[in-house]
Amino acid sequence: MRTMIRNGRVIDPASGRDQMADLVIAGDRIVAIGDKAADFEAERVIDARGLVVAPGLVDLAARLREPGQEHEGMLESELQAAAAGGVTSLVCLPDTDPVLDEPGLVEMLKFRARKLSRCRVFPLGALTRRLEGQVLTEMIELTEAGCVGFSQVDVPVTNTLVLMRALQYAATHGYTVWLRPQDAWLGQGVAAGGAVATRLGLTSVPVAAETIAMHTLFELVRITGVRLHLCRLSSAAGVALLRQAKAEGLAVSADVSVNSLHLTDVDIGYFNADMRLTPPLRQGADRDALRAALADGTIDALVSDHNPVAEDMKNLPFAEAEPGASGLELLLALALRWGADQGLPLTRTLARVTCDPVRVLGDALGSLASSAGRLVEGGVADICLFDPDVDWSVTPEQLCSQGKHTPFAFASTGMALRGRVRTTLVAGTIAFDQR
Amino acid sequence: MLHRRNPQLNANGELIHLLSIEGLPQAVLTQILDTASTFLSVNDREVKKVPLLRGKSVFNLFFENSTRTRTTFEIAAKRLSADVINLDIAKSSASKGESLLDTIANLSAMHADMFVVRHSESGAPHLIAQHCAPHVHVVNAGDGRHAHPTQGLLDMYTIRHFKRDFTQLSVAVVGDIVHSRVARSDIHGLSILGVPDIRAVGPKTLVPSDLREMGVRVCHDMAEGIRGADVIIMLRLQNERMSGALLPSASEFYKSYGLTPHKLALASPDAIVMHPGPINRGVEIDSTVADGRQSVILPQVTFGIAVRMAVMSTIAGNAA
Repeated sequence: MRTMIRNGRVIDPASGRDQMADLVIAGDRIVAIGDKAADFEAERVIDARGLVVAPGLVDLAARLREPGQEHEGMLESELQAAAAGGVTSLVCLPDTDPVLDEPGLVEMLKFRARKLSRCRVFPLGALTRRLEGQVLTEMIELTEAGCVGFSQVDVPVTNTLVLMRALQYAATHGYTVWLRPQDAWLGQGVAAGGAVATRLGLTSVPVAAETIAMHTLFELVRITGVRLHLCRLSSAAGVALLRQAKAEGLAVSADVSVNSLHLTDVDIGYFNADMRLTPPLRQGADRDALRAALADGTIDALVSDHNPVAEDMKNLPFAEAEPGASGLELLLALALRWGADQGLPLTRTLARVTCDPVRVLGDALGSLASSAGRLVEGGVADICLFDPDVDWSVTPEQLCSQGKHTPFAFASTGMALRGRVRTTLVAGTIAFDQR
Repeated sequence: MLHRRNPQLNANGELIHLLSIEGLPQAVLTQILDTASTFLSVNDREVKKVPLLRGKSVFNLFFENSTRTRTTFEIAAKRLSADVINLDIAKSSASKGESLLDTIANLSAMHADMFVVRHSESGAPHLIAQHCAPHVHVVNAGDGRHAHPTQGLLDMYTIRHFKRDFTQLSVAVVGDIVHSRVARSDIHGLSILGVPDIRAVGPKTLVPSDLREMGVRVCHDMAEGIRGADVIIMLRLQNERMSGALLPSASEFYKSYGLTPHKLALASPDAIVMHPGPINRGVEIDSTVADGRQSVILPQVTFGIAVRMAVMSTIAGNAA
């Protein structure tokens, strides 16, 4: 199949390209960008007038809820949500049931995802068996099965001896370890430490839960030489530590969720369980520091932190409600909103959800590493076409995700979003089309 | 973010639920206290009943056990002529796995008019108020660490009864503030009613510094905290918090923060001593103080009935 995308504004954040151009796809590859495409015989022409033609988004954190949590989300619904969000590659987390600690589970997940051909799926394997923080997983076999790194998700390894050995072992084989910096004991709360939690009488997570864990992890990075990706940074103090670590030359990268980038604990309002998130929403100064750090590249990537949660798991008192929100379909619009607020050009805004997360994944992507998250001739045709000017408001029913909970629902924020995905192509095939 | 109306108030600013004292207009508080004083005399009559809630069904939903609080609500509702149904949910549906909202839906189908809710989780009464039928009123009888607004109101009533004017007072709240819904409700009530000097007194493990943002002076030294105070509100220290990572022992707490006659002498000579009960003698308060002439702990209980009658009759009279 030969496809031509005509008259679009082609933006490739990695090269800085931002121009009106045609883009030609043959099979699963981009074969030409620019006016040389004019004499190309296409079987399918997509008119992209008024649209931005960007690389498909790369989301470093999305829970698909399979295996084992199908009442909250299924591959079909969640990968459809990814396609609707312009996300063509995503990293899924190992805290499924059973935990992704066996190569067979990873192979099955990859196989099922490939069959749906909506989005490329890159699982993180569990760093320790059953995420229990005791026994290392078979990282080599898990990597061969398709894992792109190893994570504990929201379960910190409390035994520092095990943690050090896990990092040493991962470092031996050049694997990246993905950890959310959170002290196991200080992290036991449901809202960020501060005036809101105190006023509402909610158990709280102090900033020190993040910074103490970061100090420990950075020291272990120095000792072991492991490559570390810090997941879901939440505080200004954490940002400052990350900045120091990068200045020191440590091999660390980091991401922030759309939630922490746009919301604060004040948004909890009268115990709104849609704001029950992990990590908890912090204060305005933290949000501002996260926004600035994402703008200057201290934080490498913006993630949806997609986590579909069933209705009955949210309709509970705040502390009992399950943390999480659906986010895949909002990632682009929330990135654009942040970029507009910061006064960034589109190339830089889009970099944080395309080529920069690919850089975090690095060699783990194999042959895709050179072209995923980019628009290059000869590269994979993972493409997102979006209308940058359309305003829309989020209503839970319209989400493709099985989880209908989002803190960005118009009913609770009164906030309109600008920019909406029209067409998504994965490997040259249309995964979503709503022009 | 969208500005949301306080869920306790209807579009006319009238109280339809009592979930928290926070954010209530001063006039609403004052009106409840005024109404309560008219009910006080009912309690002294031979026939202790008024017909304000006749034909109405009040469901006491206690997801957390508290015989005392439940009893005061029951008495208050009965004196208003309501039919009272007590449900000890801690022992029934919740243990069978029924969700909170399913329980509420079922009880609503039995034509409840008012739910009095005690729950171990902060915010549970808000959730119920949000999901119950529009004609149903919700009274928070204590949720987690968040709020215990009727206790807060009866404390305000007690202070007004003995001190008349709020705007010249120094009030010290002493003890386990971080876990106390009573402390939070008192602090909101005091600041809405114009108390210029509110002090939160206790060790750093029990008195978080964020309280300053609620307009409170944080004191970790007992002498400094109660010096010159006109009102001292002692809080109950829960058994499970007496020894562990928050405090080493009950006796050490008593030594530093227990209210003894010696420490009470630092307060204003006509200071009153309050306690939401039940008291731990020799832990947060010395017996001679609890039973002494400055103690108003028993009047608090009496006023509590009248205040709860005032709350129930007020919200029942306002439509969503």
